[in-house]
Amino acid sequence: MSRGVTKLEQPTRLSRETLVSFLEEMLLIRRFEEKVEERFRAGDLSGFLHVALGQEAVAVGVCRTLESDDVIASTHRAHHHCLAKGMTPNALMAELYGKLEGCSRGYGGSMHLYDLATGNLGANAVVGGGLPGIVGAALSFQLRGEPRIAVAFFGDGATNTGAFHESLNLAQLWSVPAVFVCENNHYAESTPSHQHMPITDLSRRAEAFGMHCVVVDGQDIEAVYLAATEATAHARAGNGPVFLVANTYRLTGHYVGDPQVYRPKGELRELRETQDPIPRLRELLGVDEESWSALEADVKATVEASVEFAKSGTDPRPEDALLNVYA
Amino acid sequence: MPETTYREAVRDCLAAAMRQDPDVFLMGEDIAEMGGSMGVTHGLLEEFGKERVRNTPISEAAIAGAGVGAAIQGMRPVVEIMYQDFITLSMEQIVLQAAKHRYMSGGQVSVPLTVRTQGGAGWSPGAQHAEQLEAWLCHVPGLKVVYPSTPEDASGLLWSSIYDDNTVVFFEHRTLYPIKANVPEALSPIELGKARVHREGSDVTIVAIGRLVHVALQVAEQATEEGISVEVLDPRTLLPLDEDAIINSVMKTNRCVVTHEAVTRMGFGAEIAALVQEKAFDYLDAPIERVGSKFTPIPFAPVMEQYVIPHEEDVMAAVKRTVARI
Repeated sequence: MSRGVTKLEQPTRLSRETLVSFLEEMLLIRRFEEKVEERFRAGDLSGFLHVALGQEAVAVGVCRTLESDDVIASTHRAHHHCLAKGMTPNALMAELYGKLEGCSRGYGGSMHLYDLATGNLGANAVVGGGLPGIVGAALSFQLRGEPRIAVAFFGDGATNTGAFHESLNLAQLWSVPAVFVCENNHYAESTPSHQHMPITDLSRRAEAFGMHCVVVDGQDIEAVYLAATEATAHARAGNGPVFLVANTYRLTGHYVGDPQVYRPKGELRELRETQDPIPRLRELLGVDEESWSALEADVKATVEASVEFAKSGTDPRPEDALLNVYA
Repeated sequence: MPETTYREAVRDCLAAAMRQDPDVFLMGEDIAEMGGSMGVTHGLLEEFGKERVRNTPISEAAIAGAGVGAAIQGMRPVVEIMYQDFITLSMEQIVLQAAKHRYMSGGQVSVPLTVRTQGGAGWSPGAQHAEQLEAWLCHVPGLKVVYPSTPEDASGLLWSSIYDDNTVVFFEHRTLYPIKANVPEALSPIELGKARVHREGSDVTIVAIGRLVHVALQVAEQATEEGISVEVLDPRTLLPLDEDAIINSVMKTNRCVVTHEAVTRMGFGAEIAALVQEKAFDYLDAPIERVGSKFTPIPFAPVMEQYVIPHEEDVMAAVKRTVARI
């Protein structure tokens, strides 16, 4: 496969069944995230929460191309990746409630979500912090001759870190089976791209390492899935790592409660009207009101059940804090 | 038992682990053809090949982080940070990733990574190649910190570090590489967290690490001539610390001098002093003495460098201050 930038403008259509399943998964993530916002505002949840409203198609489109023993590393904004990689809503919500039944037994919280059983090596609260580890995971697959791949999710902000540049350089140098998925949501926390990057085309950063790049509209799940299919196949075949740029939009603040004073007036409303991947897919599929209501009811039941599960979970004992420091 | 240098002891241990275990591999700057900046990995490329003896770019964060990622997958990588001063460039991966994955995951993840590094003053490299930063790492829950002072300890402790399921930062001292001792031919693991009493004595305990262990032993020898009986104890593993060994020694001698090459202020010795006063205050016949470097960066000019770092006379003076008190 040749190196260079592949622009996927007219993707092949996927089956309706596949697309419907994408829609269900994206809607579950959306309603889960909205519930997280609601429960935080109600005072149920502690800490620092970052939701991914608007970025669901990237998580679902990429993770649906992965095998169960492929691994991912995520970021501070991780709920969508975790759910898409197979974490149960119950385990995730219980973690947000700080319960022993949570995916990280209450030791992690929203920014440190782990689920080794589903190949989730952890959300990472250090921007760019998960990338070197993904190179190492991919190296171990290469050294052991395993047909697995390692995927790092991160944002445009992370591409300014040393860890990003060191990791891409090393990954390409050693041709490890990794995919670097940049969710370019155009903001590094509150700082817009034009204030944190001297370029607009992020793929140029990976091209500097000679890395194969794929750029895709992250709000079009069909396109994301097809681009990710190409990227993961490239890496899995031993052709080296891939940089996958998904241009997306965060249809909410950086954190729950962010007043977003840095947004131009009207931007958020316009983005919600034009860049929401869920109505876009619903429209493509022509889902009628009745089917939609049924889908919403299913999703709502799952999300409500996760809240009930979490609330009835077990609180850690204070002294449990002393466990798990060492293996 | 063959006579082996500290350098060879580290190398032989790496080779032994790699011979028996395909999960052990090495990454670092200049470690392949060049054999490492200190020659520690010399010859390993020829035996194990470039897949397992991996030259890296000058990318300390990625070196440590790639080690973290491979370790989580169950491999036992040994990464080399050429000088411990440069561990500052990998601190995020060591402190925020390697040390915390197990905890943040509620016990799911293990990171059996060994980070070898070396350094130390005494050869005028200036301020960015001569620091002793072990105390920085000892402050991090989740890490283990090992600092051998002899060839046999280097060998046995490195083996245990590689096979520990936690991340171990393994400090070597540049000036110790040529020293020789008898090292068992069959690799003999030394349990982490066990101190070594190099010399027994009854009047004062010197707790010393790294190069200062050898200084302390010379001081002990001289002190005998003046009728002072010195016990020299090397914790060897700084984290976890063999507290019992230190306390038992001080309970016997009633006096304690702590010495290391790192700056005294906020150094490892401060923790030892705190430990001793907490657990053996009533046994002390003199204030605890600390001997380390003066609070400056390491200067270049040899006369200034030698002025800053601790020597035999500094340790001897501390010993005498403690025994001058009844």
